[in-house]
Amino acid sequence: MPELLAVRDLHTQFFTRDGVVRAVDGVSFELAAGETLGLVGESGCGKTVTALSLMRLIPMPPGRIVKGAIMFDGQDVLKMDDDEVRGIRGNNIAMIFQDPMTSLNPVLTISRQISEALELHLKMDRSEARKRTIELLELVGIPSAKKRVDDYPHQFSGGMRQRVMIAMALSCNPKLILADEPTTALDVTIQAQILELLKGLAKEFRTAFILITHDLGVVAGMTQRIHVMYGGKIVEKADTGELFANPKMPYTWGLLRSIPRLDEHRKSKLLPIEGLPPDLIAPPPGCRFEPRCQYRRDICREQEPELKHIPNAKSDHEARCWGTQEGGWLVTTDWRREIGDTRVLEEIKQEVAQLPAEAVRAAEAETPPPPPTP
Amino acid sequence: MATITTSPGQTRALELNILARKQRSLWRDAWFRLRRNRAAMVGLGVVAVFVVIAILAPFLAPRDPIQQTTANALADPFWGSPQYTNPEYPLGSDQLGRDILSRLIWSTRVSLWVGFIPVSLIFLIGVSVGMLAGYNGGWVDNLLMRITDVIYAFPDLLFLFIIMAMLRNTAAGNLGGGLVLMFVAIALVNWVGMARLVRGQVLSLKEREFIEAARAIGAKPRRIMVRHLFPNVLAPVIVSVAFGIPSAMLAEATLSFFGIGIKPPTPTWGVMINEGFVVFSTTPWPVLLPALCISIVMLAFTFVGDGLRDALDPRMKT
Repeated sequence: MPELLAVRDLHTQFFTRDGVVRAVDGVSFELAAGETLGLVGESGCGKTVTALSLMRLIPMPPGRIVKGAIMFDGQDVLKMDDDEVRGIRGNNIAMIFQDPMTSLNPVLTISRQISEALELHLKMDRSEARKRTIELLELVGIPSAKKRVDDYPHQFSGGMRQRVMIAMALSCNPKLILADEPTTALDVTIQAQILELLKGLAKEFRTAFILITHDLGVVAGMTQRIHVMYGGKIVEKADTGELFANPKMPYTWGLLRSIPRLDEHRKSKLLPIEGLPPDLIAPPPGCRFEPRCQYRRDICREQEPELKHIPNAKSDHEARCWGTQEGGWLVTTDWRREIGDTRVLEEIKQEVAQLPAEAVRAAEAETPPPPPTP
Repeated sequence: MATITTSPGQTRALELNILARKQRSLWRDAWFRLRRNRAAMVGLGVVAVFVVIAILAPFLAPRDPIQQTTANALADPFWGSPQYTNPEYPLGSDQLGRDILSRLIWSTRVSLWVGFIPVSLIFLIGVSVGMLAGYNGGWVDNLLMRITDVIYAFPDLLFLFIIMAMLRNTAAGNLGGGLVLMFVAIALVNWVGMARLVRGQVLSLKEREFIEAARAIGAKPRRIMVRHLFPNVLAPVIVSVAFGIPSAMLAEATLSFFGIGIKPPTPTWGVMINEGFVVFSTTPWPVLLPALCISIVMLAFTFVGDGLRDALDPRMKT
């Protein structure tokens, strides 16, 4: 399949008073036309910044894309002038935002908001755009779309608004859709509906999409490939099936352990990943996950591992870990059984306890709020 | 919980209520609330009456407002002692024998012009500057806001006095009997409040996700400002405009009272008070009547402004 998107060594940084935040630090990946990719990681790992960089929507200042290339359809997005980028936004790459409650303009009707992209990129006139808007709303499953086009966002429920956002994203038939935590703000039943809709439409229109989430459960049935991000870097790349069957990075293990499972024994506890994501102003010198890793050894602190192919795994499965690479001490570890060195775990817990209270509070504030009850 | 029984008629009404609610846009909603505010509606009515008077001034005024008939000077209004009244001058005459009623009617014109035109200018300048500064940020914001700060720091009335006193006797001061200079002066002094208001609104709005969403569909900055930001700042701007109109009128009256506003013989309420002041101790009516007019119009606009603020303030919404 021809390559649609190739990101090479992307560095996006924010220049703040406290120092340079390396939000995205050397991310590279490819995406074929029609391919679906999941970008997974905790809050503050650079997932959203990666997505925004693709459309050059990073607020500048303080942000800046320092290095790298983003080849979209054979052209480097980073070398385009503002007009060319605007021609791509919404037209070739569309974005679905996290919170449908705030990403629609409260004083404009639904019809005007969806029509805008159509008028802008496809040069439709008002009545054509309106007709197409009604079609789009029907497509995303809004009942009596004809009556509801002239409604305002506050007259729609959360799930409905996210459907409107999807209709907006689809309006110009883009080649790539970036969905940034599209279901985080919704309750679980609506989540499933929205994901189902997104999946179905992407298939129907052969649209490639990148699904950004902190929830491995969300991407499980949705995407062909998964990239796990941690501390501004990709730490594991694999096919979705392969990643769940044979994960190769202790961070991924941690994420998997923190998902509740139906087939697990009732009394068994969820194992959280102790500690906080790294400070991206002064990241750890070695492996970024080392301070929280129960399997760590001295080399992890001293030297940063590279993203490398993993033995006993499929050919395109890569991980950034000294332990699971050729000759590492974790190659044959069964992550479900061996939870690592308990002494190290205690050490980590103690280190966490000593963290200044503000740091913990700040990190907690960043985690998304629980979904509102319907 | 007790069960609520409803008659078929009530159920129907409930349904209708829900249906009616669906059709209502934000603006219609605000209009609905405004209509239920009695003071605002009275204010609006009074303003409408004055607008009609201003438009029909040539037909309503019984006499020429600037024609002097010294023989009939200082007649009392019709309720005064009969020996001093003159049936041809229902509200009396001033010391030069001009008909006060006619002068009051013609003054309405000037006052409303002074109310609306400078406020339109303030609206244009203030909203543009506020949006550009707020949306662009950086040096644009810095430059525009420093200019704004300088003007803001200057006492309003003093600034007006300086402009009027300096330019009143030049060619610019003679355009339209001094009206044009008055418009420009009031606008120049007062746009800063509007600019600050709009900038503050834009600063908080532009961080909202729907603006990011608009950028994500490839909208240009101008389009984002006009189509996405402008409707969102409109509510506080309308309120500010409603309060700006009476304050512009008052500024005109003040300047004219001090003798540096509209040039005589054009009648305005401020000019009338100024001229009537000379004879205030013997005949107070030439001062009191225009002062009454100013008060009524100011009060009416303030009622409308209050009503608009209540109707448009999102915190009042239930």
